[in-house]
Amino acid sequence: MLTDITIGQYMARDSIIHALDARIKIIITAILIIALFTIDTFSGFGFFSIFILIVIFLSKISFLKVIKGLKPILFLIILTLFIHIFLTKGGDILWSWRFISIESEGVYTGFFMVSRIFILILFTSLLTLTTSPLQLTDGIEYILTPLKRFGVPASELSMMMTIALRFIPTLLEEAEKIMKAQQARGADFESGNLIQRAKSLVPLLVPLFISAFRRADDLALAMESRCYRGGEGRTRLHELEYRYYDFIALIIVIIMAVTVSFF
Amino acid sequence: MSLININGVDFLYENENSDRPALQNINLQIEAGDFAVIIGSNGSGKSTLAKLLNVLLTPTKGEIYIDGLNSSKSENTWKIRQKVGMVFQNPDNQLVASMVEDDVAFGPENLGIPSPEIRKRVDKALEMVGMAGFQKFAPHKLSGGQKQRVAIAGVIAMEPDVIVLDEPTAMLDPQGRKEVMETIEYLNKEKEITIVHITHFMEEAVTADKVIVMNEGNILHKGTPKSIFRLVNKLKEINLDIPVAAEVAEYLRSKNVNIPDILTIDELVNSLC
Ligand SMILES: Nc1ncnc2c1ncn2[C@@H]1O[C@H](COP(=O)(O)OP(=O)(O)O)[C@@H](O)[C@H]1O
Ligand SMILES: [Mg+2]
Repeated sequence: MLTDITIGQYMARDSIIHALDARIKIIITAILIIALFTIDTFSGFGFFSIFILIVIFLSKISFLKVIKGLKPILFLIILTLFIHIFLTKGGDILWSWRFISIESEGVYTGFFMVSRIFILILFTSLLTLTTSPLQLTDGIEYILTPLKRFGVPASELSMMMTIALRFIPTLLEEAEKIMKAQQARGADFESGNLIQRAKSLVPLLVPLFISAFRRADDLALAMESRCYRGGEGRTRLHELEYRYYDFIALIIVIIMAVTVSFF
Repeated sequence: MSLININGVDFLYENENSDRPALQNINLQIEAGDFAVIIGSNGSGKSTLAKLLNVLLTPTKGEIYIDGLNSSKSENTWKIRQKVGMVFQNPDNQLVASMVEDDVAFGPENLGIPSPEIRKRVDKALEMVGMAGFQKFAPHKLSGGQKQRVAIAGVIAMEPDVIVLDEPTAMLDPQGRKEVMETIEYLNKEKEITIVHITHFMEEAVTADKVIVMNEGNILHKGTPKSIFRLVNKLKEINLDIPVAAEVAEYLRSKNVNIPDILTIDELVNSLC
């Protein structure tokens, strides 16, 4: 079923990592990513890997689930590895056949880049695994708030994300209904080559788009009638609040990031 | 002065596909505490009237006063929108957030109410519509009737003087319709909230204090439900479905059976047997 798709990959658990303030988690992730790019040794990666293992343990999410989330980027990782192994030259020649050769520099850079991508994706997926989309939205809004002065519409962006999250299941439900109605009349979405299949989606997408625009119209009226007039002067039911452990987490991460940059 | 005062209002949509004014010379008063029902067939101008009450539109001619505030004056717009809560037809297209409590909080958040007060209002509003305990639910997991009740709660949380509902039952199954009707009757009788209920189901008008019949942009009749349902033939002329009991009663009357004004099957049974 289309509607069973969970948005993002959030997994609710009762853990310290989940309880951290969304803003702090976003900032921490940003610091870690920057630190990651200052590293140029494998021992640095080892250090980060241990840190990630501890975070996964604390988050009470099973290690396997976290790793499964990496599947979509497996191709990217393998591709990076191969490109470096075969195309980056330098160092000792390890193996060669006609014009193809594998050199030690290539192997080193390949594994180096792959470790970096791997850890980068792990950091960001840990963020989305332990923070609900709603909290993420709120967090991004707060973090962007100082940029309002320069014309960044922080509250409006966050409102857009909130509405998108609200309507994704509704539109998926509708897509499924339209698909079934058309299948009942003999439409075929599953066979044929790529172009034929893409063509068979047109009768699905057209009604879906038309209805999405109608919904947008209705929703705009409903929001206006409920006194929505942009972010100015809005309060929130759930105000984000820093607690002492948010700062402890932040300090730990800053110390780590500084240490690791000496590796 | 009445809570809602509509004085000689015309409304014309300013675009190419409007050949006649959507509303013509509307005069109507609704008192605080009223349960008013507006009936009329498609295109009779009901939604246009509803939008005028909430300042989503302003009159082309004439004035509307809500609690003494003139809706044509732009400084009154937001005050009136807080006083007049609107519930629309499609339950899917008026909920904003992906959690019930966040949706109910949307209105108060826009009004700048402090967070602890919003919490109180949200919980109270959900309780009033019989949805206590659904705070953390996702709207798309609810039935149509439940979604409409959440929409009503979202309006109640803004503490309005009057709730205008534009065909809130039109897209619901009989169960959902019953839930919504019971909710708005409860809000009117027990919580003394003024209700303007727009519908094309005539049987939803039987418990009203005041029924307004619209046709082609005009008010055809105003009165108590009983006086309205006496006009069986006229209502049929403008394509409205008369409750069966009222129709039978009118038929018997035309055959010289002496029978009082009838609205429901129960009343009909009692007066005949
Ligand atoms: N946005 C619009 N632009 C032009 N004409 C409109 C618009 N909305 C409604 N109308 C016209 O105004 C009249 C009244 O419509 P409406 O108030 O929606 O009636 P009801 O809600 O009773 O079905 C209809 O003739 C309709 O075609
Ligand atoms: Mg309408």
